[in-house]
Amino acid sequence: MKFVQKGFDKIKPLFEKGGKYEKLHPIYEGHRTLFFAPKIVTGSKGAQIRDGIDLKRMMMTVIIAMVPCLLFGMWNVGHQYYLATGVDATFLDKFLIGAMKVVPIIAVSYIVGLGTEFTICVIRQHDVNEGFLVTGMLIPLVVPPTIPLWQVGLATFFAVLVGKEVFGGTGMNILNVALTARAFLYFAYPSQISGEVWTYLGDKAPVDGYSGATSLALAVEASNSGMGVVDKLAQTNTALSADFFSLPNLFYGFIPGSIGETSTLAALLGALILIATGVGSWKIIVSVFGGAFLTGLLMNQVAANTYMEMPAVYHLVIGGLAFGAVFMATDPVSAAQTEAGKWIYGFLIGVLTIIVRVLNPAYPEGIMLAILLMNVFAPLIDFYVVQANKKRRLARATV
Amino acid sequence: MSKIVKLKKGFDINLAGKAQKQIANTPPSDTFAIKPTDFVGMTRPKLLVAEGDSVKAGTPVLYDKMQENVMICSPVSGEVVEVKRGAKRKLLEIKILADKEIEYENFQTYNVSDIKSLSREEATAQMTKGGVWANIIQRPFGVIAKEEDTPKSIFISAFDTHPLAADLAFTLKGEEEAFKTGIEILKKFTEGPIHINHDLNGEVSSVFSGIEGVQHNKFSGPHPAGNVGVQIHHIDPIAKGDLIWTVSPYGVAQIGKLFSKGVYDASKVIALAGSEVTEPQYYKTLTGACINKMVEGNLKQDHVRYISGNVLTGEKIDADGYLGFYHNSVVVIPEGDFEEAFGWILPTTKKLSFHRAFGLLSFLNSSKKEYVVNTNTHGEKRAFVMTGAFEKVVPMDIYCDYLFKAVLSEDYENMEALGIYEVIEEDIALCEFIDVSKHDLQAMLREGLTLIQTS
Repeated sequence: MKFVQKGFDKIKPLFEKGGKYEKLHPIYEGHRTLFFAPKIVTGSKGAQIRDGIDLKRMMMTVIIAMVPCLLFGMWNVGHQYYLATGVDATFLDKFLIGAMKVVPIIAVSYIVGLGTEFTICVIRQHDVNEGFLVTGMLIPLVVPPTIPLWQVGLATFFAVLVGKEVFGGTGMNILNVALTARAFLYFAYPSQISGEVWTYLGDKAPVDGYSGATSLALAVEASNSGMGVVDKLAQTNTALSADFFSLPNLFYGFIPGSIGETSTLAALLGALILIATGVGSWKIIVSVFGGAFLTGLLMNQVAANTYMEMPAVYHLVIGGLAFGAVFMATDPVSAAQTEAGKWIYGFLIGVLTIIVRVLNPAYPEGIMLAILLMNVFAPLIDFYVVQANKKRRLARATV
Repeated sequence: MSKIVKLKKGFDINLAGKAQKQIANTPPSDTFAIKPTDFVGMTRPKLLVAEGDSVKAGTPVLYDKMQENVMICSPVSGEVVEVKRGAKRKLLEIKILADKEIEYENFQTYNVSDIKSLSREEATAQMTKGGVWANIIQRPFGVIAKEEDTPKSIFISAFDTHPLAADLAFTLKGEEEAFKTGIEILKKFTEGPIHINHDLNGEVSSVFSGIEGVQHNKFSGPHPAGNVGVQIHHIDPIAKGDLIWTVSPYGVAQIGKLFSKGVYDASKVIALAGSEVTEPQYYKTLTGACINKMVEGNLKQDHVRYISGNVLTGEKIDADGYLGFYHNSVVVIPEGDFEEAFGWILPTTKKLSFHRAFGLLSFLNSSKKEYVVNTNTHGEKRAFVMTGAFEKVVPMDIYCDYLFKAVLSEDYENMEALGIYEVIEEDIALCEFIDVSKHDLQAMLREGLTLIQTS
């Protein structure tokens, strides 16, 4: 590593005050700290020692937690491709064709996002924050594999600029940045992202009787025609596989959908990592699932249409609920920040997700809108939790 | 009456190099210094001596223009050799070259029955003149108490949970009578109770056990259970308008000696600790002592940081720097001014961390493992991102994130409402240690305290 260090030292004067590229100093610093933890020491007064953690390690922990979703997502893109085209393929074939589709999306997301971030760091002369490391991986996982790359780039640019930087950068944003990108696509290009045909087919034609609809789209369709949702799921794509939309398949994620969100199992593996490392709030994750399940049960009681009659447990495994609960709702910047607030915040996300899904057929996916809405309300929840703390203190005061 | 409080929140930092319970046989220092910067809130120090003057132990050396009666006195007799000033002529150090034998200024002595009948005014006069008043710290703000105030109670923490802290039972051995006298004096200042707070799981030292007419409370839990601010929060919390005084056990004994012996006795037993000290042990010295004779030839390497006080709240000093007025330990740890290849991601069990993020495996170690921690910050300053972590290390009903943000936005109303009166730097020092975003939270809090104090 000595030669890398020497290389950095050699170009350092160019980026220092008075150097040729002094304006680009944040970029130099951003890259150097990627190779070497900086040699900054504590100040002369106050804590003389510091914890071994830093924001980079925390963000990396989230990315590592996303790896199960990412790998499964790559494989599943290929799996769906070969199922739809009626070709038998090996594990490796599926994974490779998936990777071919997914890696460019990731690359575009990182290149556009980091480019925007670096540009703004240079304009505003502040250090590069690590926030986008996570966002850049989240965006590819919440888009369908069939998305045009230019849309990924545009959405990423919009999300970083309008979702984050106009508020002051990492730590200051109100909305989850990756969901801002998703919402941008959803409202700007509704025809491509409404959940009708999300399976990558290349230039091949699908086999007879194949439907590329997602489970959420099917549920809405069934409800509109007065057919039981579970029956509808059971009848779809039986030509490819007898239990294509069975409960276990929905849980494992062998279904069409956005790249990283189909597998509840992979999301739960990520949840395990986040909870064990303390990086994600278990309170939020548990309360999202709890809120969604209880609302599902309540819908069962009302049972005004067939979507409402769908067993509540299906709500936990269809669509992106699990992925959203684990990776989006737990974003510490846009979530509620008080511990009591986290329970309320998570629970309401679960409740709203089901309400949007079931009661508003115009939007098949509820988790995205639920989280964005609760992002906006999180400060209000915190306000009341903190207010209670202030009142306790005030009650003691005599003057 | 007495309370038992069991705390769960907090974090014990177990560092290598704990002081052996023995007193080193090292000649005392030649030079001593008084540092006006040790006294929080002292904005306009006025010097009473000049270079070349000779002083006795107990001779007033400086006072604060804002509090003219409270004298800071010389710990030894000798000659003022240097008055060191910094930028804008800020007074930094008043150095005194000590005589071989200490000569003391004489103050009135009192026997036990005299002390009982002593009035508050007489006691105040002797304490402010005799240099021991500075031991009385007022909450809120953590500054030297005002003579005219009457606190609702007085708190004394009889144990210290800071990393590598000196064992108070050991450093105060033999001070039983002085401590008792000090308590009798303090009783004159409040109608409320005097609280002495002990470690629930430790043995109560004879210094504190025989004290009557005070409330003995017990605390258990990780650091900061020994912090007097935390103890106040659980026994007699401070609301707006309340005033509480705190005194360290050493300060109580020093007050006692001023009355029973009639001298300003600045001698103290301190701990020299830290991973880089060859023989960590206790030293008998005086307030303001130069540390050079303790550390010379007693270190494992020379690229180190010398800290007066403890690693969480202390101050960096030079190899020939001086012990702070309120400090009873000197800690030597390695400097961390080097780059570490991929230090931000490589898994390690050696880096101490409160968190468990990927690769920070120190939580797998036994709690008895002692860590060598250097001064590296392990990261750069970032925006506040992680939430809910501060609350896990502050065993008080306070939303630290919100308090810090109120300070940053200079929002007086919210600072007050969120409990700024209940904390000083040491109470949130662990937040600064565990902070993912590497902010200087103690300095930030002090800014807020100063804003409120001067508003």
